[in-house]
Amino acid sequence: MNPVRVVGRITLDILAQAGDVTLFALKGVAAMLSPPWFPRQLARQLMAIGYLSLPVVGLTAVFTGAALALNIYTGGGRFNAEQIMPQIVALGITRELGPVLAALMLGGRVSAAIAAELGAMRATEQIDAMRTLSTDPFRYLVGPRLLAGVISLPLLTAVADLIGIAGGWLVATRTLNFNPTVYVRNTGDFLQDWDVESGLIKAAVFGFIVTLMGCYHGYNATGGARGVGRATTLAVVSAAILIFLSDYLLTTWFSRS
Amino acid sequence: MSDQPPKLQWKDVRIHLSGHDVLDGLNLTAQTGRSLVVIGGSGQGKSVTIKIAMGLMTPDSGQILIDGEDVTHLTGARRNQLFARFGMLFQGAALFDSLPVWENVAFRLINADGLSRPEGRKRAIEALAKVRLGKEVADLYPGDLSGGMQKRVALARAVVGSPEIIMFDEPTTGLDPITADAVNDLIVEQVKQLGCTAISITHDLASARKIGDDVAMLHGGRIVWSGPVESLDNSGNPYVEQFLAGRAEGPITAAI
Ligand SMILES: Nc1ncnc2c1ncn2[C@@H]1O[C@H](COP(=O)(O)OP(=O)(O)OP(=O)(O)O)[C@@H](O)[C@H]1O
Ligand SMILES: [Mg+2]
Repeated sequence: MNPVRVVGRITLDILAQAGDVTLFALKGVAAMLSPPWFPRQLARQLMAIGYLSLPVVGLTAVFTGAALALNIYTGGGRFNAEQIMPQIVALGITRELGPVLAALMLGGRVSAAIAAELGAMRATEQIDAMRTLSTDPFRYLVGPRLLAGVISLPLLTAVADLIGIAGGWLVATRTLNFNPTVYVRNTGDFLQDWDVESGLIKAAVFGFIVTLMGCYHGYNATGGARGVGRATTLAVVSAAILIFLSDYLLTTWFSRS
Repeated sequence: MSDQPPKLQWKDVRIHLSGHDVLDGLNLTAQTGRSLVVIGGSGQGKSVTIKIAMGLMTPDSGQILIDGEDVTHLTGARRNQLFARFGMLFQGAALFDSLPVWENVAFRLINADGLSRPEGRKRAIEALAKVRLGKEVADLYPGDLSGGMQKRVALARAVVGSPEIIMFDEPTTGLDPITADAVNDLIVEQVKQLGCTAISITHDLASARKIGDDVAMLHGGRIVWSGPVESLDNSGNPYVEQFLAGRAEGPITAAI
């Protein structure tokens, strides 16, 4: 095998795949923004994607906030700057860890579930059946899921921000002798709107990515139960990679403006 | 009558799937208001034939004509408008397992025709009664039903709203003889009373005789014989004769 050829083939495959995903995403945006909408489906997905993710996101946030506080306290101690710990924790959570961790938890929970459900529907011809019933399966299945992702993840992130900061506060006041009121005041005075807003914008993008990967791999699954398994794995892995990639790109972009 | 184009026509349809020519120049016609039965061995492409007509698969070449209009590569609003008059029963039922039985049956009425949910539910329960399923089934989920019951729910879903063209992929497979007969009656009723055009696939010759006006036999990717159901027994066609007799010897080799 000619190595140039192999690299060329792989590059072409990746480009073709990227083009395919992009088309799917554009169709998805159109389905989100134009009728027919399926409000019942949206409500169902908001429940499954958003509300039912609250416990795992909350749990992740409280422990991360607490651990972050301890680490920054230790690090800050090296140049007698322990007192700025509340500010750093708040910044780290709102700008970075809140959205990214919420997205990763959602990626594991939701994109896998979506890929499995849509993949099984594809395998059992339910998607074809829907077309024979004069209903566009893309709009019925994909649109509401994407919309639910874009709505849910910023809300989950807002909750994660609060709980994460609370986790830091708990550790600081219980074991590190911070004054509870001063901690809260320091955090509030320091945080700027944009710290929170930029995190929520990231979250909306991640919410789209997570549900998109689940929908794309599930909707296009082939080959029965084995295909469903493959779709699930691909959905979770690609969602995680795209979350990190877009996180970096968005952060670069935000820090320039 | 004779100037009118047939309801549905396959013209020289070819499709290559999983390494072989599944359909290799298929020509078939379903006349308006008649019931066409397609028979043929397992794996000969019967299901593929009707999926192509439903626009669920695209042939490599050839045409599908509805009322004389070429719909093979049709997309968009015109396509939706035409296919809104179609109903289909899938071989594997293909019920939506996240929705209760009644919502499966009323799916088109609620999501495409804009009927209210209570009205859809009422219509669904009426349709279920036609396939001998009681009201108590309406709120169960497809996963709670036996295979034969799922098939009947799928049948109710296909005929609700009285489509003009209905495809039945093995409607009676897996049903007991009495229910199978009731299902056949339902198909006959759709055609005779409501004037729809039906295309059914079946392995069951008794069913074929009962529901069919015309019969076509698919083998090797083509229609090897077709004619009115009355001439089935003196077709003079070796494929049909072997199929009717259920013999292993003949031009058709058993699919094992
Ligand atoms: N989606 C598909 N992708 C690839 N190959 C397919 C697909 N659907 C059907 N085939 C192939 O087409 C051939 C005909 O399949 P089809 O389901 O139409 O048979 P059939 O006549 O309905 O058989 P049966 O009576 O067993 O239902 C088979 O060889 C099958 O492998
Ligand atoms: Mg079949």
